[in-house]
Amino acid sequence: MDTNLIILTLASILADSSPLVFAVIGETLSEKAGVTNLSLDGTILLSAMVGFAVAFTTDNLYLAFFAAMCVGAIIAAIVAFSSIVLKLDQIAVGFVLTLLCGDLSTFFGNPYVRKPGPQVSHFAIPGLAEIPVIGKIFFDQNVVVYLSVLAIVLAWWWIYKTQPGLKLQGIGERPAAAFARGTNVNRQRFIYTLIGGALVGFGGAAYSLFVKLGWSYHHTYGIGWIALAIVIFGGWHPIRAALGAYIFGGLQSVSGLAQSIPAFANVPTQVFQTAPFALMIVALLLVSNEQIDRFFSGSPVSRKIWNSLRGTPPGALGSVFEQE
Amino acid sequence: MTEQTTKNNSRVLNDFIWAIAPVVIGLILTTLALIAVGADPAKAYATMWNGAFGNTEKLSGVLDAWVALVLCSVGLLITFTAGLWNIGIEGQIVMGAIFASWVARSVNLPAEMLIPILLIAGMIGGALWALLAGALKVYGRVHEIFGGLGLNFVAMGIALYLIIGPWKREGIASTSGTEPFPLPANLINFPGLSVGPIEIVIAFVALALVYFALRGTLWGLKLKAIGKNTRSAFWLGIPTSRYMLGAFALCGAFAGIAGAEQAVGVWARLIPSISGGYGYLSILVVLLSNFHALAVPFVAFFFAALAKGSVSLPLDLQIDSALGGVLQGIIVLLVVLAQGVRAKVR
Repeated sequence: MDTNLIILTLASILADSSPLVFAVIGETLSEKAGVTNLSLDGTILLSAMVGFAVAFTTDNLYLAFFAAMCVGAIIAAIVAFSSIVLKLDQIAVGFVLTLLCGDLSTFFGNPYVRKPGPQVSHFAIPGLAEIPVIGKIFFDQNVVVYLSVLAIVLAWWWIYKTQPGLKLQGIGERPAAAFARGTNVNRQRFIYTLIGGALVGFGGAAYSLFVKLGWSYHHTYGIGWIALAIVIFGGWHPIRAALGAYIFGGLQSVSGLAQSIPAFANVPTQVFQTAPFALMIVALLLVSNEQIDRFFSGSPVSRKIWNSLRGTPPGALGSVFEQE
Repeated sequence: MTEQTTKNNSRVLNDFIWAIAPVVIGLILTTLALIAVGADPAKAYATMWNGAFGNTEKLSGVLDAWVALVLCSVGLLITFTAGLWNIGIEGQIVMGAIFASWVARSVNLPAEMLIPILLIAGMIGGALWALLAGALKVYGRVHEIFGGLGLNFVAMGIALYLIIGPWKREGIASTSGTEPFPLPANLINFPGLSVGPIEIVIAFVALALVYFALRGTLWGLKLKAIGKNTRSAFWLGIPTSRYMLGAFALCGAFAGIAGAEQAVGVWARLIPSISGGYGYLSILVVLLSNFHALAVPFVAFFFAALAKGSVSLPLDLQIDSALGGVLQGIIVLLVVLAQGVRAKVR
């Protein structure tokens, strides 16, 4: 394989994974705050549909992404309201929303199926794009890709390097302690869930306006569930989660190559489509299995490496906080 | 009228309003959705009604969906009691259908022997697939939502592979399904219909069994203890892992029967979308029933009618058939939210 092809492959992995990166970062933020937004698969579908529909009718991509973000935020608001204010089961509400939003996307998306529409245009950053290798991979893309990388860095910086980020960790880990320190836990949770939802919505629009152009029935094919699994795989850490998204993107392009191998010629594409989900189980098994855990904890060095690879969920994830 | 009865009356009225308001609001929102896409709501609802109850064939379609929904819902009652989210039920239906198809394709026996074998094959298929999700949960610490969901896609992949590969129709490989099974016509169905007495009886028996097992047995009580607090149940001496695996297997077995019923009774072949989405839908049925077994058959009938009724929408009115799912989802969401609001107001 010549270098040029490798560079092109890496660039396409970075580009094709960008919607997933937005979804993963968004969900990481809301889970860090202690709220599981299980509706991700439905949110991505509906925001992808709305994003495309708005772009199709108005020809305005800014409006399209904004509308998709609003969709994501509204769905997240329902999750936040029902779990924080009404103290309902987050899983139940999230699951119902997953199905409902999926059906809404099919119902309202019907007129837009397989219509050609506008797309995010390519934008090489002048100067930087000319840097050998790196320029081609990182700076010869479009704005959505640049933003996805920016989102990873910003999320990491915000969570681990700023005062409000420390509070965010507090409300997810020990809400009572955070409250005693003067944080309005439930309001903060609400805000982060909304921001997280908006990011997921942005990712949805990135699908229909860039990575997988247009709209069709169940257009994003279960990617929301993959995103939820990647958040766990990434140990609730934005950079590791994003890395998970890129690994996933890389494996997908490998499986794309595998399909062209003659030995797999008889295996239908639809079967290949289900491969990521088997992979998802294996990946989760890897990070949560007790035996593997014990195996790596054998020596101090491997334990250190292993612990830096996996993470633990925020202590208060999914729980209700009664603030008095 | 004494003060007590007035109070009771107003409470019954209150309960009624809280139960009916979400449904009414759901209908209003769905009507608005129809208006938004430029459809005539009255026509759409009439089409749905006719699609569900227009003639005997259509009613039998609703009933075959009802059988599948009831079987899956009672299975889910078991796993929900144990505090488990068996989202993998969709794949368990598929596996049941695959196992039953395998028997239907290869075994040649008189009907009275074939029927139990088909159903048992379905049960085994569903139970094994559920046990896989259970093992991932219990031994691998993979949350059952992700294990189950992943296995759903894998099961669908296997079904697709069989349909296009080893079980493909003579000459053509198409995703429309396998060759029809070499089974006697109307093996378990009323002549010419897609549902039969055996299936309806099985659904009721399953419902009764699960209702009494969960309410009136020590097993049910222990399962409930696990659902409420797994750790304290464990310290009280309940083998929690075994009970959880058992709950998975039972739920999978019920889903497997539903899959066998779909493959053998409804389609008479294996098709890619053999589960019909009934697994996910039955999760909504159980949520709307508020985990009460006795409410399940009614809610399941309502949902089966919506699901089947909306199928004729695209043909007659060019409205997407997802409308049924939209209405189901909105109602369940509003009912769940209403429960929360009511608890808050009280």
